[in-house]
Amino acid sequence: MGSYILRRLLLAFPLLLAVTIVCFAILHLTPGDPVTFLYGTDATPAELARARAMWGLDDPIHIQYLKWLWNFMHGNLGRSYVDGRPVLDIIMERVPATLTLTLTAFVLALVVGVGLGVLSAMRSLSLVDYLANLLATTLYSTPSFWLALLLIMLFAVQLKWLPSSGMISVDGPSSLGDRLAHLVLPAFVLAFREIGRLIRFTRASMLDVLRQDYLRTAVAKGLPASRMILRHAFPNALIPIITVVGLTLPTLLAGSIVVESVFSWPGMGMLAWDAAKARNYGILMGDIVLVGALVIIGNLIADVAYSVADPRIRYGKGEASAA
Amino acid sequence: MTVNAGIEPRSAVIPALPTLSGKPVIRRRHQRIWLHFRHNRLAVAGGILLLLISALAIFAPTLAPYDPAYIDLGKASSAPSWQHWLGTDRMGRDILSRILFGGRVSLGVGFAAMILGTTIGVVFGAAAGYARGAIDGILMRFTDMMLALPTFFLLITVQAIFVPSVLNVILVIGLTSWMGVARIVRGQFLTLKHRDFVIAARATGCSKRRIVFSHILPNVTSQILVSFTLGVANAVLVESALSFLGLGVPVYQASWGNMLMDGQMSILTGAWWVAFFPGLMILLTAEAINLFGDGLEDALYR
Repeated sequence: MGSYILRRLLLAFPLLLAVTIVCFAILHLTPGDPVTFLYGTDATPAELARARAMWGLDDPIHIQYLKWLWNFMHGNLGRSYVDGRPVLDIIMERVPATLTLTLTAFVLALVVGVGLGVLSAMRSLSLVDYLANLLATTLYSTPSFWLALLLIMLFAVQLKWLPSSGMISVDGPSSLGDRLAHLVLPAFVLAFREIGRLIRFTRASMLDVLRQDYLRTAVAKGLPASRMILRHAFPNALIPIITVVGLTLPTLLAGSIVVESVFSWPGMGMLAWDAAKARNYGILMGDIVLVGALVIIGNLIADVAYSVADPRIRYGKGEASAA
Repeated sequence: MTVNAGIEPRSAVIPALPTLSGKPVIRRRHQRIWLHFRHNRLAVAGGILLLLISALAIFAPTLAPYDPAYIDLGKASSAPSWQHWLGTDRMGRDILSRILFGGRVSLGVGFAAMILGTTIGVVFGAAAGYARGAIDGILMRFTDMMLALPTFFLLITVQAIFVPSVLNVILVIGLTSWMGVARIVRGQFLTLKHRDFVIAARATGCSKRRIVFSHILPNVTSQILVSFTLGVANAVLVESALSFLGLGVPVYQASWGNMLMDGQMSILTGAWWVAFFPGLMILLTAEAINLFGDGLEDALYR
């Protein structure tokens, strides 16, 4: 298993490198640059050229990239074009907020989604199952920003039970209860679509497993159904679910852009949006690379977990014919 | 009773013999698929709803009671009434008309983007799956890299840089949603390439092009179709998210996402209808497409 993990790890670095190259290319090969955006209206071309030279934007593009890469490997992500602060500091300020939100949504989606999926599979073809399937599709098809606005209307404006934006109350104490209250709506909205996806996927996976003969044999030999499900059916059904779970993290990170902007949650997603609007390349590169790294790490963890759960992958040298 | 020697008539016209059980005789594959689909009530409902929404979008100019861009500040933010069935927004524009015209944009972008994405995906997948070896390796590494890219982050970046336009949105969504199809098509090509009928075709001297297009590809169409359908639902959601952030279609063009961006500000004044109805349309459209696509997948494979 060590060699498998090593191989996946070795593949991850070139992947991350490729991600940085593509991002850099897209950012810099498109028309317009931050200098024009910042100073465009009231600066002469000479001043613009000087600003570009100051930021190193007049070098050939491959030189710019190599400089960026060199800096990146030394932990220096450059400076923000807007206020000159180091990009790394700006991003690090925002990471805890996004992680809080994303991990909460992740756990929520996992518990509710997989739980309901298993229940639905166990009561297959009944009314409960039918409704659960319909519910899951509805959850999956809901636009998160719409849901966010509706919930804000209901819980914040009408009922005034929950706050409508931010991470902590500006005027009150930032107690744990206050933080939790602020977390409820954004985490719920973020998890919403994933819950739907996980219900459907878990149900399908469980059904596939429940059909297997070895389970019928076990029950026929006298194993109580609950034990059969807990110790045999569910662990085997988990294997494909793990791969889907590995894809959940990038989806949640992507969704966090919209959710953070609606709820004014000070995280990386909202940072990316603000930076995109201001053409702040430094922050955008840093943000995209960081999220890309998190995505690759997430997939890596999923792969490793998958190999731990399914011995066939470990010893099959990549021959993953999960029958 | 004659003994059937196991040879079925291949004539186009098959006499409809009555059977003892009274059930219809299924002679063609598409009859079986249609029958299976028909029994899936949710899928049929989804399909009907989708047709309805498409009709509303296509016939928007005839159906819309008002010009969607007509500003009437006197009637700004008025609740649903007999004159304006779904109310008006902050600029006094009729919401029903904007929803009808916005549907054209949202649905049109969704479809067009997925046509682009599916085409790219099929080309990549077929090339990788058929050629195998080094080409497959390169193409698949590229696909993996695209999958590792945080696409939505890239989308907002690209959209922030370029001048917003409908074409832009279609291009960026299409260029970032081909990976799933590519993987599926590649998998199918890898499997089918070793089937007897392909080996026979090669043995009889069929050109590669003929093998790919006339033999393998027809067997992959059902996968592609399902992927396409579910992809359209996703594309509609992505377009509306981009428009909501102000990074989608231009602001003067009504789109469901745009309307929600307007609605965000109306919420605080209690005008819930400005945001509610466009979002509801997105939900219904995505749900209809998903239910239909699921039913399609179910009917094609069980």
